[in-house]
Amino acid sequence: MSGKQKFALAVTGLVALASLAAGLITHASYGDQFREAISAPPSSQFWLGTDELGRDRFARLLYGTRVSLLLAPAAGLLATLLAAIIGGTAGYLGGWWERAVTSGIDLFLSLPWLFLLLAVRALLPLNTSPLVSVMITFLLLGCLGWASPARIIRAGTRTLMNSDYLVQARASGIRPGRLFWRHLLPNLRPILLAQFWISVPLFILSEANLGLLGLGVAEPLPSWGSMLRELENYSAVLQNPWMLTPVVLLVVLVSCLQLLLRTEDQTPC
Amino acid sequence: MAGLLLRQARRILLTALLGGLLGATLVRLSPGFGVDERELDSRLSAESLTAIRAEHAQDNNIVMFYARYVGGLARGDFGFSRSLNRPVAELLKERLPLTLLSLGYGVLGGTALGLLLALVSVWWRAPGAGMMPALLSGLCLATPAAVVALIFLWIGAPGRWAIALVVFPHVYRYAKNLLVATFQSPHVLAAEARGLSTWRVLWAHVFTPAAPQLAALAGISVSLAFGAAIPIEVVSDTPGVGQLAWHAALDRDLPLLVTITVLVALMTLIVNSLADLALAAWRPSR
Repeated sequence: MSGKQKFALAVTGLVALASLAAGLITHASYGDQFREAISAPPSSQFWLGTDELGRDRFARLLYGTRVSLLLAPAAGLLATLLAAIIGGTAGYLGGWWERAVTSGIDLFLSLPWLFLLLAVRALLPLNTSPLVSVMITFLLLGCLGWASPARIIRAGTRTLMNSDYLVQARASGIRPGRLFWRHLLPNLRPILLAQFWISVPLFILSEANLGLLGLGVAEPLPSWGSMLRELENYSAVLQNPWMLTPVVLLVVLVSCLQLLLRTEDQTPC
Repeated sequence: MAGLLLRQARRILLTALLGGLLGATLVRLSPGFGVDERELDSRLSAESLTAIRAEHAQDNNIVMFYARYVGGLARGDFGFSRSLNRPVAELLKERLPLTLLSLGYGVLGGTALGLLLALVSVWWRAPGAGMMPALLSGLCLATPAAVVALIFLWIGAPGRWAIALVVFPHVYRYAKNLLVATFQSPHVLAAEARGLSTWRVLWAHVFTPAAPQLAALAGISVSLAFGAAIPIEVVSDTPGVGQLAWHAALDRDLPLLVTITVLVALMTLIVNSLADLALAAWRPSR
């Protein structure tokens, strides 16, 4: 691990810890309103000031970070699991199933990600409780983000299935279950882990885009996406530059995650 | 070549068919499907209500509904937008040119910037020379498209160039890796050793051999640009297809949203196929 990656890991860990300890760091909760301090500037009580509803921006940022940082990996896990099942079985079984899955992946990848996300999101209720909206948003991200990793996992599984040691294992009459658990899965683990970590920053950014479009996590529950909506008021941002903190934190954290993932591969995107 | 053409045509047809079926399924599942608010009008007689229900009766047959939906798509009948009370084809005719123009600027601008910076990173071997493009690309990659659009709005720049900044980092990273690998290949070292000018080495021995693989980026760039068009058009208030899709999502106008999604998928696929065909046509001549 290079020095830059160590730094990125430290920053990511620090932000994650701060968000998990939000209740200890701030006295206010994300929904608490301080009506005597509407749109207040930063002070010792409100480190990032308050929003136009009198809510502590710093508390909202910490709780919003927690939502994004906990649920983006959960969505990533779901997407990787789906990709492993679909892509892995295609590579393992081969034949018509592999051809059907490959065509399905191609079809899914030709559907533009955000358009598809909007279409399925619109199918589900929009006026839901904050908790349901957060679950819907990240479940959708997880369920729709399987295609790209599935293609890589299928290719990885196929390569492994054709490798000498697996050919020899099959020739020696090993049972399919043992072949899968003992020989295939451990060797697929690095690919699965890489696909999982690649999906996390993607889902964080997708949630931010959805949130800014008003289709993400519902108020009063904060997330990075919903906090970015404040930035639409340009004059307020000019007068209160600390309103930019969520976007700065988002960019720093996604950059750190990408730095941790950096590989010099040549696969497009 | 003919085989490839046939394969691509089959792929597009299959996508249209499956996309249409997927779309029809989503439309059927959408809340309020088959319900007509005219039925709530107490002034209507029983005969009128029966006539209204008869209008929707054919939609209850799933097979007939799928057939009519996909058939309609094939004939250019994209359905009717309930939220805007206008035919979807009419809305697309109005808004698609604007989005395509933005996409054209965005994809060309992003590709040009990405390739230029990748070439500079490869050519300029001073220590830290590649740092600025890498930082810029990393920053663009870590910023949500909607925030890029907001920044463009604040500085008064046209939103279409925001699409370029979304496309650029993907092109840059791929092109840089590719060009670095080509630059280190033996034929380039030999060309340099024989005293060929830097520009000639870069153009004839690095860029040209890598061109087919770079062309493969076209489809991905278009797909990325379409995805970025939604937040960018919404934030910059551009009346294009992206903004239309957003309105459709907020108004739960599934027929409109699904038609847009299927059409955008088809356009992306056509660009991908054209890139593949161009690649196939280019290769035999090399």
